[in-house]
Amino acid sequence: MNLLEVRDLNFSINGKQILNNINVDIWKGYVHAIVGPNGAGKSTLASAIMGLSGYRDFKGEIRFKNKLINNLTIDERARMGITFGWQEPARYEGLLVKDFISAGAKNKDDKFLSGCLSQVGLRPEAYMERSVDKTLSGGERKKIELASILAMDPDFIMLDEPDSGIDVETLEKMFEVIKNLKKKGTTILLITHSLAVLKQADHAFLMCDGKIVEKAPASKIIPYFENRCIPCDHKNEPDPEVIQID
Amino acid sequence: MTDYVKDLSKVAGIEDIFKNPDIAHIFIHHHKVTKSHFVPGFNVQFEEMKDKIKVNVVVEKNTKIEKPVHMCFGMLPKTGIQHLVMNIDVGDDSQVGILAHCAFPNAVDVKHIMDANISVGKNASYSYFERHIHGTGRGIKVYPKAKIHLKENAKFRSEFELLKGRAGLIEIDYETHCGKKSVLEMMTRINAKEDDILNIRETGHLDGDYSRGVLTSRVAVRNHAKAEVYNKLTAKGAYARGHVDCTEIVQDDAVVSAVPIVEVNNPKAHITHEASLGSVDSKQLQTLMARGLTEDDATDLIIRGLLS
Repeated sequence: MNLLEVRDLNFSINGKQILNNINVDIWKGYVHAIVGPNGAGKSTLASAIMGLSGYRDFKGEIRFKNKLINNLTIDERARMGITFGWQEPARYEGLLVKDFISAGAKNKDDKFLSGCLSQVGLRPEAYMERSVDKTLSGGERKKIELASILAMDPDFIMLDEPDSGIDVETLEKMFEVIKNLKKKGTTILLITHSLAVLKQADHAFLMCDGKIVEKAPASKIIPYFENRCIPCDHKNEPDPEVIQID
Repeated sequence: MTDYVKDLSKVAGIEDIFKNPDIAHIFIHHHKVTKSHFVPGFNVQFEEMKDKIKVNVVVEKNTKIEKPVHMCFGMLPKTGIQHLVMNIDVGDDSQVGILAHCAFPNAVDVKHIMDANISVGKNASYSYFERHIHGTGRGIKVYPKAKIHLKENAKFRSEFELLKGRAGLIEIDYETHCGKKSVLEMMTRINAKEDDILNIRETGHLDGDYSRGVLTSRVAVRNHAKAEVYNKLTAKGAYARGHVDCTEIVQDDAVVSAVPIVEVNNPKAHITHEASLGSVDSKQLQTLMARGLTEDDATDLIIRGLLS
């Protein structure tokens, strides 16, 4: 069943076509990935789905749980069950970790919030009373952002470059969290150009130059990394079991 | 205990301090001392006059006062003027912290004026945290003014925070001269709305070698409020180090301006400054909205964090 559908999405900035006739089905309970080179439009697509500022003025349709969400604000989409994890999470001077995590949490109980921190590998007693500011390393902020997503318990999570700026241990922890979320039935979209992250996905979309050039099981997209040059006018086969890479 | 003390201490949330004999406290309502309790080494003399009250505080040399001294200033009536003239002399090698609770919960036309001269002795440490609690009207005008002198290796830390209520009119004017190896930290946190006006003027002179200073302002203004923050840090001393940091968040039709001035007269001194004025950071806002908060709730949370 489709949790999210993108149909005929076209988006331009200053006359330059960034997304070109994008059609995507996100299946409920699956881990999807969008892969492609820098500038392919991966983050732009995720930003359009989330309704971020500057990414609302597109042509096409985005449906979530069968409802058209084109005109919904970020928070309206979030309350429907969609959320987004930034490549570089924001810093908040003075805002405590516990207040940041609880902000969107369904359950604001301290024990539950502490559990979310523990799941991402952070000791609650060491982090709850700290500020989400520059005193935290990039990896710590990424974990805290993930904890805030876990606390929200959304239906659909988009993670932009989840491995960016973090160490191997943190990445392993993140993959563990993704596995557990999948077991729970959460739908995930990973935006990446990392093979390690792609391997966490069940299904992947290959993007190039604003277009989806392939949709296939992740295992069939993996050769993209071994064959670095993909022509952008590559024919897209509707059969998801077949991959054609010249 | 008089009603004023009871009421002021309730407004300030400090009713428990009376149970502890180790906590010095002074209550001044209008120009009258309504209650006081001192600890060894902390000496105060008052001079009550019709149009002002003089408060002379001397902390004896080598005195370490462990618990903060609570000073409660305020006025409960709707109108009036409270003028405090304070001289604070913190002796060499001593340590004291003052928590000043300034409560004007019913102000319709109230002025609170403070003129202070503060001297912090050699190797001494003095902190002054001023917490204001105002009413919901714009009837309060606050004029805290202080000249501070830090001797060799002295430390001075001040914080001004509006905890509750409307800012009204707040004009802060603090100037500190820093001796050799002394340390200055000044922090101001104010939230202004409707037609509140803020004029914040903080000046630090790093006169002595190896002196250090940080001036920090966090201001959030909305509706038609106005704020001007003037932070000046000068450095004459060799190896003096300083930083000026002003963040102002503006919403609606509010107007903010920041004038960070750094002046260095010694090639071995180094001062930096940063100022950020504008609406709430877009990524901060959108992250919280992506967790389901409305834009207003997200903005409030960000501002609360900034002013905390």
